[in-house]
Amino acid sequence: MEIAVLLKQVPATESLIEIADGGTTIKTDGINWVMNPYDELAVEEALQIRAADGGTVTVFSLGPEKAVEALRTALAMGADTAVRIDPQGKPMDGLSTAKVLAGELKKGAFDLIIAGHRAVDDDNFQVGPAVAELMGIPHISMVIRQEVTDGRIRCTRTIDGGTLVLETALPALITTQRGLNEPRYASLPGIMKAKKKPIDTRALSETGTDPGEPMVRTIAMRLPPQRKGGRIIEGDSATAKAEALVKALREEAKVI
Amino acid sequence: MVRKSRLRCCGKEVVVDFDLTREQEMIRKEVRKFAQSEIAPVALELDEAEEFSSDLTRKMGEIGLFGMFVAETYEGQAMDYISYIIAVEEIARVDGSQAATIAAGNSLGIGPLYYFGSEEQKQKYLPTLCNGQALWGFGLTEPTAGSDAGGSKTTAVRDGNEWVINGSKIFITNAASDMTLGVTVQAITGTRSNGKPEYTCFIVESGTRGFKAVPMKKKMMWRSSNTAELYFDDVRVPAANILGQQGDGFHQMLKTLDGGRLSIAAMGLGGAQGAYDAALKYAQKREQFGQPISKFQAVAFKLADSAMEIECGRNLLYKACWLRDHKRPFEKEAAMAKLYCSELMGRVANHAVQIHGGYGLMKEYDVERFYRDQKLLDIGEGTSEVQRIVISRYIGC
Ligand SMILES: Cc1cc2nc3c(=O)[nH]c(=O)nc-3n(C[C@H](O)[C@H](O)[C@H](O)COP(=O)(O)OP(=O)(O)OC[C@H]3O[C@@H](n4cnc5c(N)ncnc54)[C@H](O)[C@@H]3O)c2cc1C
Ligand SMILES: Cc1cc2nc3c(=O)[nH]c(=O)nc-3n(C[C@H](O)[C@H](O)[C@H](O)COP(=O)(O)OP(=O)(O)OC[C@H]3O[C@@H](n4cnc5c(N)ncnc54)[C@H](O)[C@@H]3O)c2cc1C
Repeated sequence: MEIAVLLKQVPATESLIEIADGGTTIKTDGINWVMNPYDELAVEEALQIRAADGGTVTVFSLGPEKAVEALRTALAMGADTAVRIDPQGKPMDGLSTAKVLAGELKKGAFDLIIAGHRAVDDDNFQVGPAVAELMGIPHISMVIRQEVTDGRIRCTRTIDGGTLVLETALPALITTQRGLNEPRYASLPGIMKAKKKPIDTRALSETGTDPGEPMVRTIAMRLPPQRKGGRIIEGDSATAKAEALVKALREEAKVI
Repeated sequence: MVRKSRLRCCGKEVVVDFDLTREQEMIRKEVRKFAQSEIAPVALELDEAEEFSSDLTRKMGEIGLFGMFVAETYEGQAMDYISYIIAVEEIARVDGSQAATIAAGNSLGIGPLYYFGSEEQKQKYLPTLCNGQALWGFGLTEPTAGSDAGGSKTTAVRDGNEWVINGSKIFITNAASDMTLGVTVQAITGTRSNGKPEYTCFIVESGTRGFKAVPMKKKMMWRSSNTAELYFDDVRVPAANILGQQGDGFHQMLKTLDGGRLSIAAMGLGGAQGAYDAALKYAQKREQFGQPISKFQAVAFKLADSAMEIECGRNLLYKACWLRDHKRPFEKEAAMAKLYCSELMGRVANHAVQIHGGYGLMKEYDVERFYRDQKLLDIGEGTSEVQRIVISRYIGC
């Protein structure tokens, strides 16, 4: 099995996000960057498939020099090789990212491509399916279990209130959902071994793909409203508290 | 980004570089992630139960926290000393006991075997120890010999091709756990030409007849680290169990403690960082008199002092490691780092409890454990007084 994993470096969820001047980007100084958590699931799944069926795991990232850290983490977890495509400062939306990645993936012969179902920074939910579409291969999203047999992949995916079992022929692309696996730590010997693994860096201008101008433009960015503190309902008995709660829900919050 | 500032001094180029390597940064990130998800949730519970966890120790072994500075030939991780120190620091940021298991496991258990052991001894023990499947103790301290090794009474006497060991040791880390494979023990093997005792270190495997290791309970700190009393009652070991050469024991102990001091310093630094992080977070959230207490100068200054001292401690400790990694003399700086970082954690943990008010005295708040765990650092591997003696000697007093 030749497996490709698509991954993105994103701000760690505990980072304090502030909007930069101009109002369309975030301040990047002092942010702690990590591999997108859904992509960690993708790397882990690829490593488990390789352990069972053999083959290689190649990780791809379209991102600036800093994204090397996320690729190195994937190599330290056990991926074989890494490719970084440098966007050379060009602005990208979900579709242009997918075009560039699909262009590079077509240069290989991958049986299976795994991506996170979304990146937790832009929450685009687009790149995985768009890559599959551009490559003309089937895709199954939000996978929580998969099994590869005889050139086919059978996946369980989440749907509202239940699960769905889907099967398709390889090559295919799947996207990950929480519950698929428990990503391993990049072990310290893994980190030392990753040091010797090369990272293939390709400039966007050398790839032969023209992603075009982004079709989506960010006009404004706002932080979510500050959550107000909770309130403890006082009362002498459970009945009195319940009455006060119902009153508050009806008259103040006006939700019942 | 300017990575290096180059200065010209005395015709030579001097490079000052405060950046860590990418690998060192990754080690910090991964160990921090591990400590937060695997150690933090159980630290309080293990501390309360005064329980050593071999499960957790094996997990620490799986990610490569043992044998960090050991060559790959013996299944070590072949890293530099700074990487090891960063790992200890990150574990200590969450829990002193687990950091003790790692620091003692590497510096006292694995270190002497790796640096002074014969090829055969290294092949035999190091792979299992480096994989974190087993632990090893280093027995110096005796009931009558703490700061003063001269009070040692444990002896080894040659009998044919064997040595017979008699005596006892106290406070030996990792020596009586369910995964302890053996101990290195220092014993008197004769008298030197200058009239002082001759010391030799011996390898004694767990289960050797006459050798008993008993866990010590009711500790105030490091409650989930394993500490043992060792008893040697006519314990017979083959002559091949001598570590290095007969008479090397004193020198081996000094070398081991020099490296060990860096790992104790890392525990102080990491613990200070953990206590400070908790205190800052608490102070920003806790409101009294209508505002977060971090806005009161009395609280803010404690945090400012802590942040400054942590920065000093980190620079001092990393520099000592840098000297060691560059094969330069580092003994004086190691003693300074051990002393400064231990006492630094004392001050910071004290501030952290104070900032938590009454809550800081309760076990639900980590700072309570940090406050207790710190005290060992002023005592273990050479007390603060002994470090001051060492430093005074180096500066010519
Ligand atoms: C949890 C724990 C784990 C340990 N792990 C190990 C281990 O793995 N292996 C091992 O061999 N040992 C270990 N030790 C022992 C530790 O190294 C000793 O406790 C330490 O060296 C101090 O010795 P002592 O306790 O006998 O105190 P003492 O030496 O009796 O010191 C008592 C006090 O007198 C002071 N003092 C002594 N001499 C002087 C002097 N000349 N000038 C000024 N002041 C002086 C000391 O600074 C101290 O304040 C451990 C101890 C503990 C508590
Ligand atoms: C074992 C125990 C027994 C107790 N017994 C009793 C009892 O019998 N009866 C009773 O009523 N209470 C009792 N207390 C409560 C005790 O009096 C409080 O813990 C104490 O007043 C501090 O309040 P706090 O813990 O809420 O800390 P906080 O008031 O939240 O203080 C946190 C930190 O902020 C600092 N701080 C707060 N305001 C300012 C300011 N304006 N300027 C500068 N610094 C500031 C404090 O000095 C402290 O360092 C007890 C507490 C304990 C732990």
